[in-house]
Amino acid sequence: MAANEEEAMKYVWEGAIPLQIHLHKSEVASHPAPPPALVLAPRIGYLPLLVHLIKPYFKDSLPPGEDSIWFDYKGFPLKWYIPTGVLFDLICAEPERPWNLTIHFRGYPSNVLIPCEGEDSVKWNFVNSLKEAAYIINGNCKNVMNMSQSDQEDLWTSVMNGDLDAYTRLLPKLKMGNIEDEFSRKESLSSPTSRQGGTEIDVAGQVKTARIPVRLYVRSVDKNFENLEDVPEIDTWDDISYLNRPVEFLREEGKCFTLRDAIESLLPEYSGDRAQTSGEEEAVGSQETRGEIKMVRIQGIEMKLEIPFSWVVNNLMNPEFYLHISVLVKAAQR
Amino acid sequence: MDSAGEVVNDGKITLEGFTVAARAFADKWKRHNLSFPPWSWVPLINRTLLKKEEGYLSLEKIIILSSVDESAEEESLDVTADWSEREESIDHTVLVQNVEDEAHYYDYHIVYSASYMVPMLYFRGYSSDGRPLSLDVIKRDLPSSSVSLLLESKWTFITQEEHPYLNRPWFKLHPCGTEEWIKLLSESSSSDGCQMPVELYLVSWFSVVGQVVGLRTPLEMLI
Repeated sequence: MAANEEEAMKYVWEGAIPLQIHLHKSEVASHPAPPPALVLAPRIGYLPLLVHLIKPYFKDSLPPGEDSIWFDYKGFPLKWYIPTGVLFDLICAEPERPWNLTIHFRGYPSNVLIPCEGEDSVKWNFVNSLKEAAYIINGNCKNVMNMSQSDQEDLWTSVMNGDLDAYTRLLPKLKMGNIEDEFSRKESLSSPTSRQGGTEIDVAGQVKTARIPVRLYVRSVDKNFENLEDVPEIDTWDDISYLNRPVEFLREEGKCFTLRDAIESLLPEYSGDRAQTSGEEEAVGSQETRGEIKMVRIQGIEMKLEIPFSWVVNNLMNPEFYLHISVLVKAAQR
Repeated sequence: MDSAGEVVNDGKITLEGFTVAARAFADKWKRHNLSFPPWSWVPLINRTLLKKEEGYLSLEKIIILSSVDESAEEESLDVTADWSEREESIDHTVLVQNVEDEAHYYDYHIVYSASYMVPMLYFRGYSSDGRPLSLDVIKRDLPSSSVSLLLESKWTFITQEEHPYLNRPWFKLHPCGTEEWIKLLSESSSSDGCQMPVELYLVSWFSVVGQVVGLRTPLEMLI
């Protein structure tokens, strides 16, 4: 792994969002109501993993009953299986710090959220995603399946504790093929460490394809907006389209496959804002009806679409080898 | 892209192949499974985000009877018994009228997995008043072999996950490994090595996967 990648990975793993967590008022059984709890939530973590930190603040205020814990943001229920950082990037167009969330210990909205049995559910969600990513990258999930129980457990613990050193030690056992960076491409085109399963070189040796695990969350907004603070509050998951499908990474000699190419391959109906380069956007009538990508955010960073996709993948993916991309689009006019 | 006439030889199928196979499967089902409602193709052309040809197969409101005095295994066999013999098949509507209160309704969707490049089965159960059934209740409607597998592999066989298009929790049969057994099936079913016409892909797939949820595939469909 290149030194700059290690550094980026460290930033990703250390990324955290300050949360201010309120107990939902219908569940306050004490007087006075408990003050909100302040927690630092790792970006690569998941909300249910914070429960052991939060519960002590509220346990004396809860009405009798059994716990079925979930979170909402301004009444919008949060999906626990999406990494916390991705939720923040997706839902808070204009970042709110601390992020004010509400915790519920009762009344699980099982029509909207899949059930959560605490850490076990989160762990298996992670392992199943890792398996899926391995399948996309290597063409099979043998290396994940063949990992010993204790290694699998250690890998999960490292993610849960944000222990990058332990994670890096275990990583070689997964034997995930990695894609070469555009910078080192020339030297390592025939390198044996390049992707095996998903990589093909055509007869002329000019084109390479690889499959990259991507989860794309597309939030569409109907009305036009100038600034991010004007983006309306989200009130239903139906405003978010979720695409879980690999990006076919196509590499041709002399061409750089950019983040824009990757996103457009998944969203053929949308075009990135090319106005800055052409200056002719206004004149093109059809753009109006096509819908427009307003913002792309990965790990809290607003991305320039010209960045080489390989760099984005190698540096900004989550520990389960998925690259989570949050996209804000202005919906097409109909 | 027209994928008719293509063959499958590595156990995987492309998105285009899936749409061809889905239509072939639905046609055969309609011809050989008269006692069941037909599978319908739900196109997703209205969703501007998706490629034009995308969609999924849907079989909805299938009734499985759940009566308290019978064992779970017998119930599910009751409903799926001998579908291939039309004259013996059970008329669902009649059964419903008799025991409406105990009826469990099931919706099944066959969705394409771009990650695994195989189909996936999603399903949900609900009672006659529309309330969703929990996995514990659904277990009683599943064949006993599935129930024991469920006990062994709680997290890797059937889990509740988000329906990829409907944004709601559904049950999902995990697709990992599908490619391997499809490969085995296609090897054993053809004389010239391991090739399977794409039109037969979903029929073969469902002949295995359907059994997990107690839906049988008539033998005639496999020809």
